[in-house]
Amino acid sequence: MANPVFDRIQSDISDNSVMLYMKGTAMFPQCGFSARVVQILSHMGVPFKTANVLEDAELRDGIKQFSNWPTIPQLYVAGEFVGGCDIVTEMFQSGELKTALEEKGVPVANG
Amino acid sequence: MPAPTGRRLAVAERWAHLIGIMTTRAARIETLIRQHFAPVQLRVADDSALHAGHAGAQPGGETHYTVLVVSPAFQGQTRIARSRAVHALLDAEFQTGLHALALTLRTPEEQARATGA
Repeated sequence: MANPVFDRIQSDISDNSVMLYMKGTAMFPQCGFSARVVQILSHMGVPFKTANVLEDAELRDGIKQFSNWPTIPQLYVAGEFVGGCDIVTEMFQSGELKTALEEKGVPVANG
Repeated sequence: MPAPTGRRLAVAERWAHLIGIMTTRAARIETLIRQHFAPVQLRVADDSALHAGHAGAQPGGETHYTVLVVSPAFQGQTRIARSRAVHALLDAEFQTGLHALALTLRTPEEQARATGA
């Protein structure tokens, strides 16, 4: 736990049931892969918080080390790493994402 | 006067380096995945041109890829574990400018189901 940014990530993913590390913001995504995850979460009517890694070089490197995952976006649910754009998309299409969210007590308006 | 073995080694290393820089990233990705996962189906697409000028793009391209691997090796592994295995295999590529890697990683049974075959 040498990296000081790990503490910040840990509290973000603990305090927010659905936390998305992305490029840009939910309103203005700056990468197609990030945009797709925002679109899925928005479609599902799930409340989520985002962090823009483009505004913070420490976070951008830190999140990759924290999750041992080399790319952005990264989705966390109830403090657990779910995956990036491909995994989130597959889970959405198969219905697993809805199940996973509901199991963690996150209300899903739209499957 | 260096020992012949040493010199031969140096020549071999130089060739290995040349071959390394002469191959495309797509070819290296393909070779590594073939060796490691023995896929029954493999598709590596270089999408870099689609992302030219975007964040992460580089003048020489070779930054954005879409890869499909169908292999029995993924049996019993979670999605995250499958992706991590591919990421680890391609670590040197990530260190040298690989920026985006869209992965579809399936067992042959999953692929049959997904494609309705």
